[in-house]
Amino acid sequence: MTFLTARNILISKNNNNIINNISLKIRPGELVGLIGPNGAGKTTLLKSLLGIVKPIEGGVYLNNLGINTLSRNYVSKHLGYLAQGAPCYWPVTVKQIVELGCLPHTYDTKKREGSISNIVAESMASTGISDLQFRKVTSLSGGERTLTMLARCLAGQAPLILADEPVTGLDPSHQIKIMQLLKNQVSSKIGVVAVLHDLNLAAKYCSRLVLMSEGKIHADGVPETVLSTQNISNVYGIKAKMQYLDGQPIILSGSI
Amino acid sequence: MEYNNKHLVPYLSYAGLLFLLAALVTVLFLMSVLWGTAEIPIITFLDVLLGNESPTGIILLELRLPRAILALAVGASLGISGAALQGLLRNPLAEPGLIGVSGCAALGSVIVFYTGLSVTYSFALPLGGMIGACLSVGLLYCLAGRDPSILTIILAGVAINTVAGALTILALNLAPNPFAAFEVFFWLLGSLTDRSMNHLFMALPFIVIGTCFLLSTKRGLDALTLGEDVAFSLGINIKSLQTRIVLGIALAVGASVSVAGVIGFVGLIVPHLLRPFVGYSPGYLLIPCALGGAALTLAADIVVRFATQGPELQLGVLTSLIGAPFFLVLVIKMRREGQ
Repeated sequence: MTFLTARNILISKNNNNIINNISLKIRPGELVGLIGPNGAGKTTLLKSLLGIVKPIEGGVYLNNLGINTLSRNYVSKHLGYLAQGAPCYWPVTVKQIVELGCLPHTYDTKKREGSISNIVAESMASTGISDLQFRKVTSLSGGERTLTMLARCLAGQAPLILADEPVTGLDPSHQIKIMQLLKNQVSSKIGVVAVLHDLNLAAKYCSRLVLMSEGKIHADGVPETVLSTQNISNVYGIKAKMQYLDGQPIILSGSI
Repeated sequence: MEYNNKHLVPYLSYAGLLFLLAALVTVLFLMSVLWGTAEIPIITFLDVLLGNESPTGIILLELRLPRAILALAVGASLGISGAALQGLLRNPLAEPGLIGVSGCAALGSVIVFYTGLSVTYSFALPLGGMIGACLSVGLLYCLAGRDPSILTIILAGVAINTVAGALTILALNLAPNPFAAFEVFFWLLGSLTDRSMNHLFMALPFIVIGTCFLLSTKRGLDALTLGEDVAFSLGINIKSLQTRIVLGIALAVGASVSVAGVIGFVGLIVPHLLRPFVGYSPGYLLIPCALGGAALTLAADIVVRFATQGPELQLGVLTSLIGAPFFLVLVIKMRREGQ
């Protein structure tokens, strides 16, 4: 079991506290939706959980060991990262990108080239992009590009996956496809954290929601309790109409 | 269609590309050694290599061989440095001169010229160049801070380049006599004429160490394709990667500039030409660019020997004449793609 814990972390930029005393525990077996308004600190929190941004106070611990004291290779084998906007700077092929996902494992002499290429093929098959493997990433649609990055992330075989806005800007079918893929990954050994903006999508797929507001965690729990009209009004400043369909909350457009 | 790491493009494997480039370098190297105002048959070359002395042997050992080896080493430095820097900055318009190393190495050498130390000690010239290159890296770190971003590195590099350029012009301005100024001016244009084995032994160790630093960055550069944050999450130590690239370029390019002057555009053209052959992978680009840079510099150095009657064309002038239009085409192409 791999645990990721943030303890009382404080991150500030230009004397503004972006993350203000947040404690959070991420464990396998759950799909955690990280929600909140723009500027609430979701991306910064995700980056600090990955060790990319170092908190001024407090610390992030992977299996109770300080994330910055561990070797980069060890951390990379345990935490997979799906960056916002699926960045790629050279016109490489889909397959080349997915192969980059195996970088954390290529130090192991036990894992021969054969097993690496198996992992790459499996990751592409599970995300349904095998047919695209020789396409240049620059020729892909937004949805295909995100699926490619997801395959790259899965190829790393990390027990915890942290995804920053994986479905933002995608059509409904790709949104559902990617959320379903992320949900399918979740098992007793694998957990996923995803930054989301679509509250209905978050309610439908996530087993736990963390609602952030102004650098703090406003609510943390199952979707039914986190997505209360009170919470939505306090954090987003909108009066939402809630309905329940099969026990799952549906947020109808509200007014400001 | 078979694609894997050995076949990054369908028609030419990575090993095949390396073999072709190595063959090209070998042919050009032999041409560089054997061609010149005095034609030397290959038999004589082999004879000299076996240790038999002869008058043509002296031409070979004292003039042609150091020149050819320097062209190879300097070209390889420029090529691999360009590839590494473009990979690090994720920008195909980057060039080793960008981080200020070439400018400072040139300034260091000019100061040696100016003070007349180069007359007293033949070693002073390359030494001055490398001190300049090392200082530029030190200065870069002072300016960019302990945790530099790519943008601050570029800005600091531009600032250092500007200062180095201004000080070089100042040195020319204050030159004690027109002949000294003329000498410095010509040296700045870049050339491999009349370089001795001493120059070679002075520069080569630094070029080799610098190149080794750069060769160690393959994984990191490949990972950087996905941006710094994702590369970090894939286990790449970004700070160490930046340090190795900047130090490697300082050593390789600094040593090159100090013996050969400023040879422009090799570090820009070569990575751009070879990139499609390695499937745009910045890591796989490194070794082909070292070979490609060596080939281009050897070829250019052969051309300058025959291009003009009388005094030789400066090597740096030729590479710039080829390079500048190439650069323009590149910019126009990028603009079209951007639209």
